Amino acid sequence: MCNNCKSEEMVNNFKDEAIDTSLLKPVLEKYGKVKGSLINILQATQDIYGYLPLQALNYISDNTDNKKSVIYGVATFYTQFRLKPIGKYLILQCQGTACHVNGSKEVSQALREELKILPGETTQDGMFTLEDVSCLGCCSLAPVMMINGEAYGNLTPAEAVNIIRNIRKEDVA
Amino acid sequence: MKVLVGLGSCGIAAGGRKVLESINDAVAQNNLNISVEPTGCVGMCFHEPLVDVIDGDKKYTYGHVNAEIAKKIVENHLVNGQPLTEYIIYTSEEPDAYVKNQLKVALENCGQINPEDIDDYLEIGGYGALEKVLKSMTQEEVIEEMKISGLRGRGGAGFPTWFKWDAALKANGTEKYVVCNADEGDPGAFMDRSVLEGDPHKLIEGMIICGYAMGSHHGVIYCRAEYPLAIKRLNIAIEQATKRNYLGDNILGTGFNFDLRIKMGAGAFVCGEETALIESLEGKRGMPRLKPPFPAQSGYWRKPTNINNVETFANVSWIISHGPEKFAAIGTEKSKGTKVFALSGKIKLGGLAEIPMGVTLRDVIFGIGGGIKGDKKFKAVQLGGPSGGCLPESLLDTPVTYEDLSKTGAIVGSGGMVVMDETTCIVDVTKFFLQFTCNESCGKCTYCRIGTKRMLQILEKITEGNGTMEDLDELEALALSVKDASLCGLGQTAPNPVLTSLKYFRDEYIAHIVDKKCPAKKCTALLTYKINTEKCTGCTLCARKCPVQAIDGSVKKPHVINQDKCIKCGNCYTACKFGAVEL
Repeated sequence: MCNNCKSEEMVNNFKDEAIDTSLLKPVLEKYGKVKGSLINILQATQDIYGYLPLQALNYISDNTDNKKSVIYGVATFYTQFRLKPIGKYLILQCQGTACHVNGSKEVSQALREELKILPGETTQDGMFTLEDVSCLGCCSLAPVMMINGEAYGNLTPAEAVNIIRNIRKEDVA
Repeated sequence: MKVLVGLGSCGIAAGGRKVLESINDAVAQNNLNISVEPTGCVGMCFHEPLVDVIDGDKKYTYGHVNAEIAKKIVENHLVNGQPLTEYIIYTSEEPDAYVKNQLKVALENCGQINPEDIDDYLEIGGYGALEKVLKSMTQEEVIEEMKISGLRGRGGAGFPTWFKWDAALKANGTEKYVVCNADEGDPGAFMDRSVLEGDPHKLIEGMIICGYAMGSHHGVIYCRAEYPLAIKRLNIAIEQATKRNYLGDNILGTGFNFDLRIKMGAGAFVCGEETALIESLEGKRGMPRLKPPFPAQSGYWRKPTNINNVETFANVSWIISHGPEKFAAIGTEKSKGTKVFALSGKIKLGGLAEIPMGVTLRDVIFGIGGGIKGDKKFKAVQLGGPSGGCLPESLLDTPVTYEDLSKTGAIVGSGGMVVMDETTCIVDVTKFFLQFTCNESCGKCTYCRIGTKRMLQILEKITEGNGTMEDLDELEALALSVKDASLCGLGQTAPNPVLTSLKYFRDEYIAHIVDKKCPAKKCTALLTYKINTEKCTGCTLCARKCPVQAIDGSVKKPHVINQDKCIKCGNCYTACKFGAVEL
């Protein structure tokens, strides 16, 4: 899971933009003094900003006992954490065994073509982020994807594309 | 009368929420005084959305319900008392094969009660086992009952549960922890999700009993973040149990204290390994620790800790209330009780099935699961996810027990059973598992970190048509080294898919290497796309879809693929509406 250890590249892994760090105060009040709660802090931070901004991580490091290297280590170890912002709709494509056997590759291909992005990327209009996940636990409905917490099962490439188009339509309306 | 709507993740994905709304609307319109409640997954995911109508002792189960059918059910069945036979899949009087061949212990309440209402759980005797334990049993007696029952860990390795509890009881120190491993990360396994979403109180009760037995007052459920509904229902259940004093201080006036909290995982398969899970609980990167010391001596914050998975805890209250002898009477001599399997892949009836141990694989796949989708030919069943193995048809009569399965090179594991038919390429699936373990390796041990990568590279070489026979020997040697030299279960079992597929499906590897053919027609680099001139109408669609302009032909004339230019992307194959592009 460790991608690289060159410091320049490490900085490039983050999106450094101005954020309101005062939003983190209640988070640190709740967890700052509780030992072993770095993951909780990062989860709460991601809930606030949608990702882990560099400024927020620096702020956490300055105001808790966690070294920057430790925070970076944890933030890059777990797949849940993102160092870059996501779109309004987060599409998790299940890449579990049952989905793989039942054609998730083709569904994934169709989604990439429709959204013109690769897994891990966000569409230019900031609407959709595409991500691969290992298993959503809905194996009997394979292939499956989850959009903002809602699972869609028994997908075909055409159906997956339709779901995306419907979300686009409803979002405009 | 009472109506239950299946609202596990599977039911919701199939449209269960709309069904519930429709029933509620129709019930209100007809001024009926009937309770309509959500329930968890009954395991028949292939029939979702499911609606149960309970009329006295009789229960009617409707399958594939949509909003319209739901309205009809209310109007005909609830108002006029006329069951809609065409949509009923089974009734309590005439259960179908999927239900009949199962024996439910861990899942007994899933799909039967409202998981968000503690009274539903209490009504069927819930928390009775806890009361019995707290009021009339010593710690040693509880552990003795676990020993008699023969319950073994349901998460993978199958370690005797009583032994772990006993070790934690005997460990020095007063601060001890009970941890539930609900980080069900095995792709292809979802039985724990079903318990968490469908019967959270059963898990909580099991954990409190464990806490009492080993002398712990604190419990933590480590639940994966990919299960938002499970976390929501667990939170509700913990709140309700605390209000009723099944959790908290001086439980039921017995002086025993136990608190419980949820810790959300952050997505790392290796955290299913108990020492990695503990590291993660402590807010660190989830990298396994050296054993010994075992968690029972030195676990969470270096205190004595007992970790069991969800399904294991879900068996505990049943054992206490029904007696350990009754549990031990189920199954075989060394593998007692039941085990839940998640049937998926190319199987007709995919869902959860709880079976007594000792039943054969054939009984599960064909007897309960209904056989292969589209009546294709069975090829293999993958047991135990990326840590398990692929078994061929000749081993279908193997009894499902810890011992018999490990003899074949596969494992019971968490209970994932992914069925594959003749259109699945074993080499491709093995590559898929290696990709998974390679991504999920935490990087601590060299053999696991680099060995899985090298194995993956060899498999990629083979599926791309560049493999040699020597590669197979190297693959096997590497697999055995990784198995030996890795610290934790992830690395030690990562080679299992390679070793079992080499053992049982060597022919398929050879076909890829020597004949440069993929018998299942999955490995694109080994395919040749051709246009059948008799079927081709010359619609030009394939030529337009081809990213490298490898298809020639004029309108209304048969087209031809230029094999030198073709990159085998398969676009023409999926685009053609006449089935003219052939493999």
